Amino acid sequence: MKLYCLSGHPTLPCNVLKFKSTTVMLDCGLDMTSTLNFLPLPLVQSPRLSNLPGWSLKDGNAFLDKELKECSGHVFVDSVPEFCLPETELIDLSTVDVILISNYHCMMALPYITEHTGFTGTVYATEPTVQIGRLLMEELVNFIERVPKAQSASLWKNKDIQRLLPSPLKDAVEVSTWRRCYTMQEVNSALSKIQLVGYSQKIELFGAVQVTPLSSGYALGSSNWIIQSHYEKVSYVSGSSLLTTHPQPMDQASLKNSDVLILTGLTQIPTANPDGMVGEFCSNLALTVRNGGNVLVPCYPSGVIYDLLECLYQYIDSAGLSSIPFYFISPVANSSLEFSQIFAEWLCHNKQTKVYLPEPPFPHAELIQTNKLKHYPSIHGDFSNDFRQPCVVFTGHPSLRFGDVVHFMELWGKSSLNTVIFTEPDFSYLEALAPYQPLAMKCIYCPIDTRLNFIQVSKLLKEVQPLHVVCPEQYTQPPPAQSHRMNLMIDCQPPAMSYRRAEVLALPFKRRYEKIEIMPELADSLVPMEIKPGVSLATVSAVLHTKDNKHVLQPPPRPAQPTGGKKRKRASDDIPDCKVLKPLLSGSIPVDQFVQTLEKSTHRPPVPFLLEQHGFSDIKVEDTAKGHIVLLQEAETLIQIEEDSTHIICDNDEMLRVRLRDLVLKFLQKF
Amino acid sequence: MDPECSRLLPALCAVLADPRQPVADDTCLEKLLDWFTTVTEAGSSLLLLQENPCLVELLFRVLKSQDLSSRILSFSLRLAGIFAAQEDCFQYLQGELLPMLFGEVGPLGGAAWTAPAVRSGWIQGLRTLAQHPSALRFLAACGAVDTIFSLQGDSSLFVASAAGQLLVHILDLAMRGPAEGRCSPQACDWPACAQKIVCHIEDSLCSIATPQVTQALNVLTTVFGHCHGLWTQGLWVRLSPLVARLLEKDPVPASHSLVDLLLSVARSSVPSSDRGLWETLAQTLSHLSPTQAGPLALGILKLQDCPQALRTQAFGVLLQPLACVLEAAAQAPGPPGLLGGAAGDPMTVDVLLCSKSACVGLLCCALTHLGLLQPLPQRPSPWPQAPLLGAAVTVLRLCSGSVAPTSDVGGRLCAILVGCGRVQRAALDFLGALSQGAGPQESVMQVFSVLLEYLMSPESSSMVLKKAFQATLRWLLSSPKTPGCCDLDPRTQLFLRELLPVLQKRLCSPCWEVRDSGLEFLTQMTRHWGGQAGFRQALLASEVPELTKQLLQDPESYVRASAVTATGQLSSWGLLAAPASPERPGAQQKSLLVELLHVLCADSEGFPRRAVMQVFTEWLRDGHADVAEDPERFVARVLQAASRDQDWEVRAQGLELALVFLGRLLGPRGSHCPCAVALPEAAPPGTLAQALPEAAPPGTLAQALQVLCRVQLFEFAFRALFDCDRPVAQKSCDLLLFLRAKAAPCGSPQEAGDSPNVASVEATLQRWQAGEQGQPLGYLEPGAVMAVLRSIDLEGLRDTLAESSDHVEKSPRSLLQDMLAAVGVLGENEADCY
Repeated sequence: MKLYCLSGHPTLPCNVLKFKSTTVMLDCGLDMTSTLNFLPLPLVQSPRLSNLPGWSLKDGNAFLDKELKECSGHVFVDSVPEFCLPETELIDLSTVDVILISNYHCMMALPYITEHTGFTGTVYATEPTVQIGRLLMEELVNFIERVPKAQSASLWKNKDIQRLLPSPLKDAVEVSTWRRCYTMQEVNSALSKIQLVGYSQKIELFGAVQVTPLSSGYALGSSNWIIQSHYEKVSYVSGSSLLTTHPQPMDQASLKNSDVLILTGLTQIPTANPDGMVGEFCSNLALTVRNGGNVLVPCYPSGVIYDLLECLYQYIDSAGLSSIPFYFISPVANSSLEFSQIFAEWLCHNKQTKVYLPEPPFPHAELIQTNKLKHYPSIHGDFSNDFRQPCVVFTGHPSLRFGDVVHFMELWGKSSLNTVIFTEPDFSYLEALAPYQPLAMKCIYCPIDTRLNFIQVSKLLKEVQPLHVVCPEQYTQPPPAQSHRMNLMIDCQPPAMSYRRAEVLALPFKRRYEKIEIMPELADSLVPMEIKPGVSLATVSAVLHTKDNKHVLQPPPRPAQPTGGKKRKRASDDIPDCKVLKPLLSGSIPVDQFVQTLEKSTHRPPVPFLLEQHGFSDIKVEDTAKGHIVLLQEAETLIQIEEDSTHIICDNDEMLRVRLRDLVLKFLQKF
Repeated sequence: MDPECSRLLPALCAVLADPRQPVADDTCLEKLLDWFTTVTEAGSSLLLLQENPCLVELLFRVLKSQDLSSRILSFSLRLAGIFAAQEDCFQYLQGELLPMLFGEVGPLGGAAWTAPAVRSGWIQGLRTLAQHPSALRFLAACGAVDTIFSLQGDSSLFVASAAGQLLVHILDLAMRGPAEGRCSPQACDWPACAQKIVCHIEDSLCSIATPQVTQALNVLTTVFGHCHGLWTQGLWVRLSPLVARLLEKDPVPASHSLVDLLLSVARSSVPSSDRGLWETLAQTLSHLSPTQAGPLALGILKLQDCPQALRTQAFGVLLQPLACVLEAAAQAPGPPGLLGGAAGDPMTVDVLLCSKSACVGLLCCALTHLGLLQPLPQRPSPWPQAPLLGAAVTVLRLCSGSVAPTSDVGGRLCAILVGCGRVQRAALDFLGALSQGAGPQESVMQVFSVLLEYLMSPESSSMVLKKAFQATLRWLLSSPKTPGCCDLDPRTQLFLRELLPVLQKRLCSPCWEVRDSGLEFLTQMTRHWGGQAGFRQALLASEVPELTKQLLQDPESYVRASAVTATGQLSSWGLLAAPASPERPGAQQKSLLVELLHVLCADSEGFPRRAVMQVFTEWLRDGHADVAEDPERFVARVLQAASRDQDWEVRAQGLELALVFLGRLLGPRGSHCPCAVALPEAAPPGTLAQALPEAAPPGTLAQALQVLCRVQLFEFAFRALFDCDRPVAQKSCDLLLFLRAKAAPCGSPQEAGDSPNVASVEATLQRWQAGEQGQPLGYLEPGAVMAVLRSIDLEGLRDTLAESSDHVEKSPRSLLQDMLAAVGVLGENEADCY
């Protein structure tokens, strides 16, 4: 069993598991932090961005000034943003049989895998995952395609040139594999390969393994996966949450008794408690708006935004913010808000019960109804007519490199009355803000990450007790910035095995058993014999039939009666030799008694043709690693007694060998 | 005894002894016992029994009856004890009844003994009975002491504890008589009964079973806590070796009880005679685990008189956990820590690291104990203020994860403590307590920085924030004043500038508890610093006052109440509005008055309305500018709103406000003539000059009465006089009595005793008293009011109100009648409640 690790990002995993005869890809997350190296794509012509000076080498060489621009001491690539794909060279991705998706954030690289690697398998995901994943992809494609960029920079990627660049460009990894965003056509094609599944549904893969999605409590439709055969169980835990937010709670019980538990997607901000952060978010929002400032919340169109809106729904009246407009701007804003209301079966119990009242599960429906929350596909069109300040705007993309957020950053960045509040934990807010410097607006960092923290992981592992834990290397040591916080790492016994990008891990367990079915008529013919109380044995003669990874013992065909005079024999007619079988032996040989028997002549079996009646007097016993060697020096004979075999090495005296064999057999049971 | 009661008693005794008529209510039996105790305390029990033979008969019948409830049996045992407490009565009952009740032939051997109530009654009966030497002999004769020994291990904790106390009582009684004055540890000198008990205690102390050791220790703790005879010193001399031997065992058995005993002995008269006690205490301190030793150390340090070496050792025990934390978190060898440079005890370190619960428990105890010790006059001296500040700050930093210890122990401590709310709360409390002492400037800076860190951190829970606010307030208020300047010192001002934005954010928190704590903090800070220019400047430059005002509309009633108090306080100091425009000074504040009146009239919850009344009372007392403009109108409006309020506390506060108003008009309570209006001393500056125009110069009584009539204070007070809530009526009665007393010596202006107005007022009042309060009084003439005041029996009313509401029902006669009546109807309506 092997695990191929294709992604180095612990929360955007992409691993391939080879288990029995199947090749299963676990998630295909897309690392978008690479876009932070690029200049933002402004929706409206930005003189500031277009007039940034080109970057030149220390010696004044300015051959890169078309590709690289400088802003407040940072250098950015002036080109269409590119993404860092999972490893494609480590394993032939056309051999991947299935892809299991755990949540909509972890499928963003899907089009790259399904459309460009020769992949011919099936993708499994839950319905909300697919629908919201589609929205995220659609938004991404839309954000990038609606700001066409004539220029595509590639010179800087040259390894010799990259060396000369300032950090962080100099340290960016695998820049040659970075790719531009996929197209909507590729998205549609990739999504068409997905087969929808429900929680706890058992899916057979070629009869060899069974995969089952379980609720992971993190997002709508988010799942952990169980991959199991009859005797082995691998759990894949990715992006799970134990907090009570909108999704169905996490199913922990089903993860019990795993041989291996692959653990990814823990919280990216282990020191921040989501409740505290929500409080911080609300307080800062209220303070800004009261001062007449605007609040910008760069966010994804689904996920935490639902909880934030719910929280604000309860908060705005108490904070006296009822008259402040809330805007949600995204090409998929409408679909996201509406989708959230129709996936009732994927919601937590409280929200599910609302559906039967019937009421919308999320209170943002009421915010929309009362005109407190308005949503628009983009800043163009209706929005510009309705726009009223001070206001709160939720919009993407959290990287601040593309999407409507770029416009608001340009618009509001100059006033210290305004505030940008970062709630998505995927991007470093300082790096995200770098191309907007100098910036007057206030920046508040309230990352809300509801995924498991290390305390919860420790409890979870105690609860489900896997034999082995496998996780990204980042989880096996405290974060570099807080190296003294020994509680910010996975602590389990045996220690977790760690992996990093482009590493192949041999998972630490061997398959010992395979389930074999026995046909009823064959079972009928067995005659068990009790060899000790409670244990019966029977010999079986049968044909092992293996098809689709299923093994069946069938009765042996009867020996074909020779028909006619022709004795033609075809290979397929080969039948096992049905000779009379020797009895099977069981038991162990007690060496001391065996030696005594050898020494005592009276105990020797009467062998009429042997005159020699005295016993062996020169017996030596040696202990070996596997058992014992009994040495009959005079007779130049060795008897090797091991756990599962006995050898009598007696060169020239067949009679003696037979005699000794019989002696050995005396100590064993036969049937 | 009341003849009526005597008449009822036989019937009641018959009911009690009748198993077919069960008494439904246990409290009746308790009340009955209380009554008999009162009766026997007042007179002879023997006489009582002779005059009421039904009582003895009751006891006999109880003994004979087979199927009587355990509660009646228990009652009878206790009743017999009450009677037999007097020696002559004891002799009277001793012959037959007492052995049957308390001896082996009584309930002791029967099935009834399985009921804990019976065992408890048996013990309590004996406890009451054992008051004289005859009782001791009786106890010895009937073998009761052995039974008490066995009851010490009773399954019912109440019985077991009562048995222990009874033993102490018997021991005390036995030693009080002939043995008093002796303190010889020699057993042969002691009465047999005492010897028996002491031998039992000795055996128990030597037992290998911890429960028995615990029982013995608990008995001894009570002995040294409650018995003050000289013999206790002898007892200690005799038993102390056995107690000391307990320390040799590992682990020390019953350590909690041992600590209690040692502290009890140390507080008694024993130490004056036995200096070895201090040695035992020292040994105990070193033998017990750090967690067990903490309470003992605290107890030792609270003792008034104790050797310095022991105090030092005890203080060391309390400091150990913090010393270990300081040592573990130290980045580099620093100045000598809490223990004067000595290394932390490895055992304490082990406890700290062995598990989260042990670590948290030990640290919380250490912090709490030291916090309790801090304000005591006998606290250790020199008090290590600076290292303790350092330790509290370090603990808080470990809990917030903001310190990066390099040592292994420090790293593990950090992992255990990070995010631990219990330790955070304890450390913040302790830090607050430390504000009473000064500290080096550097430490104080650290304190303020860690407090600010906690107040800012989104990770701080609401409880932690509350504690952080409280600690901050204590530190701020204790910060030194700059010499020669009455304003805040520059460091505090700097801190305020950082603090106010945090407070601002906390007032916007979605968690109501946080908003509430923030407002309370603001109120307290303003109360103390409202006059400090530095504070005023910082506050007015922030948005805090505006936010506070907005919180008057908060959805949570507690927050609204706190906002009312806070805005009231801010307004008193003129801090609510932005600098008022020259054309309309105080325009903002006026609107606050209207807003608060609106809260008083319209808020659905009681808390905000009560808060408004308190603010208004304070405003009136302090001569708040808005009130001073037209106090009459103000009082009239407030009283009108308060009189309609459903909440009795609001109405009572209305009377408080009325009293303040009266004080301003007529002079304060206590002075007899309205010759001066006292101005409050703690009024905010600037408002004094605008005190009530009517009050200064003082008008005549007639004028004052006119004013009171105009604001309809009398209607409010008379209505309150017949309020269904007693405290309101009482307060109103006091007010009217005060008013009458004020008016009386000044002569009666324009008496109108016979005017038709008076008659109609009296008629209305009678209707009000009867519960028909719909009709208003209308406008009253001062003369009519005074006449009505004189005609009402206010003193009588005050006395009636002073009685508790059930005083009629509490009489013994009523009790007996009720019990009989309850039994009579019990069969028909079992669901009927007493």
